[in-house]
Amino acid sequence: MIRKLLLTIALLAASSLLTAQQDIIEFTVDSGGVGTELIAVVPFSWQGSQPPIDVAEVIANNMERSGLFSPIARSDLPATPSEASDVIFRNWQLLGTPSLVIGAIETDASGEFIVRFRLFDVNTARQALGFEFQVPASKLRSIAHRISDLIFEHLTGVPGAFDTRIAYVTERILADGSSRYALNIADSDGFNSRNMLESSQPVLSPAWSPDGRRLAYVSYENRQAQIMVQNLATGKRRRVANFPGLNGAPAWSPDGKKLAMTLSKDGNPEIYILNLDSNRLRRLTKSVGIDTEAAWAPDGQSLVFTSSRSGKPNIYQIPAAGGHATRLTFEGTYNARASFSADGTKLVHVHAVEGKFKIAVLDLETQRLQVLTDSWLDESPSFAPNGSMILYSTTTASGGSLAAVSVDGRVRQRLAVQHGEVREPAWSPYRHTH
Amino acid sequence: MMQTTLKLAVALIVSAFLFGCTSQDTMDDDTQATVVDQSTSADDADSDDADSIAMVTEDTNWEGHALDNPESLLSTKTVYFDFDRADVRPQDRSTIEAHAQWLQSHPNARIVLEGHADERGTREYNNALGESRAKAVRSLMTLIGGSAQQIQLLSYGEERPANRAHTEEAWAANRRVVIEYLTRE
Repeated sequence: MIRKLLLTIALLAASSLLTAQQDIIEFTVDSGGVGTELIAVVPFSWQGSQPPIDVAEVIANNMERSGLFSPIARSDLPATPSEASDVIFRNWQLLGTPSLVIGAIETDASGEFIVRFRLFDVNTARQALGFEFQVPASKLRSIAHRISDLIFEHLTGVPGAFDTRIAYVTERILADGSSRYALNIADSDGFNSRNMLESSQPVLSPAWSPDGRRLAYVSYENRQAQIMVQNLATGKRRRVANFPGLNGAPAWSPDGKKLAMTLSKDGNPEIYILNLDSNRLRRLTKSVGIDTEAAWAPDGQSLVFTSSRSGKPNIYQIPAAGGHATRLTFEGTYNARASFSADGTKLVHVHAVEGKFKIAVLDLETQRLQVLTDSWLDESPSFAPNGSMILYSTTTASGGSLAAVSVDGRVRQRLAVQHGEVREPAWSPYRHTH
Repeated sequence: MMQTTLKLAVALIVSAFLFGCTSQDTMDDDTQATVVDQSTSADDADSDDADSIAMVTEDTNWEGHALDNPESLLSTKTVYFDFDRADVRPQDRSTIEAHAQWLQSHPNARIVLEGHADERGTREYNNALGESRAKAVRSLMTLIGGSAQQIQLLSYGEERPANRAHTEEAWAANRRVVIEYLTRE
């Protein structure tokens, strides 16, 4: 029997007090509760000024939402060591946890924080990892995510994706019934949300450049769909497509030099590739139906896209140089908006059976299709850069919210901003090279 | 050409019939539906046409603009579609035809056809679907007599629902094309 674990951790991010939105973001980890590994994360000691965030708590939450680990409750910890010499391994062995994380935070003369942490293999009584970072207060949360990434990689062999960001769209309905749309980015856990664009007109389809510095998106400002590219550091925007008809579904090539997009300027919706340096536009598809939602293979040699050429929407693959499009999906009544895992072996997409729209993964090697969600209005799936989880949007009676599911479908979590509809999540690339 | 004439004829007699019956209140829906599907001779249509249009704008007590007259098909500015379909439903043809005639008789009139989809499925596919719906309406309008230069298209996909509920009823209300007049005369 699978035990249903429902854990809700509602936290007001100290950093979000500084932002205009003041969102309370809630995580619900709805896991099968099976196959998770215990981990003890001891509260970090501190000297000098008190750190504005609880670094150990951020780490424990990250481990929890990965779906692979169960952090031990603080009240159940047998001791709170902060230095290696304080650790009595027998206590932790009795608790049954294979991993122990401890740490200490100090302030230096300039007011910066020095964060030290160690990961121990409890069974062998040996230190597995040890790092020291020096950061200003504003970077403490980011360091907690980096520490989480290091721990996750050591324990699973897969690089962590906690120190990444997500982009998403919100819609707030005002008292007069009109809507305010916003493009936001936040840390991968939903904290630290920042507003990149606000508009009285719809915004959709945010896509990260491979270097994580720019976002392409569709905006309806001036009552026409257009594709914009915005530099996140400077806020500067460039309008890259403003043709008659549709201007949609921007997708970066892996080298960041081209954007695939959907245009209908020559008739029905087709996929085009825009070279961002030369501004040269090349038409890639030619069919009688709708062709849209292009996504590049990680090697840049081909793209997948949604096409209604056979009647219902299905996923097709076409060489980046053009040519014959091969149909990839055959199950269900609706297959759309596919994107690749970083290793190119899997496609995540929206898959409908009997009018219920769910997130599914197609293994391109085995042709096996796995449906990951059991809701009915799921959209906009994207892989975490490490391929371990998929971020998507889901709709319930209370509105649209963001959710994530582990790639095996075993663990789902919900991220929700308190006000308004939240949708169109896109997971950023890694911030650091691996 | 032959087909165009026939369609025009059907459109005219349909409008004549519908406009006529608004003041009588005796026709039931079935009768109207039958008329839409009937192929009628062009002669019949020609004889009734001018009078019926005149009735709409002058023969009622409506003092507002003809495009707002609740007793006229012209006051209807939304037509609806089936799921994942972009073909105009038979019951909406007369509305589209009435607006096409308005465009034809008012060469300076300009409209935007706003295409919409329900929330099911993906956003960009729904944008494409919304555009297909707007194009289907434009295509019928230009067949009847409107000029393509008078008609702009804009697809909002599922971004601007008319009904925010997540029900079959709401979805049906959201799969639509809205005829918006930029310039009426």
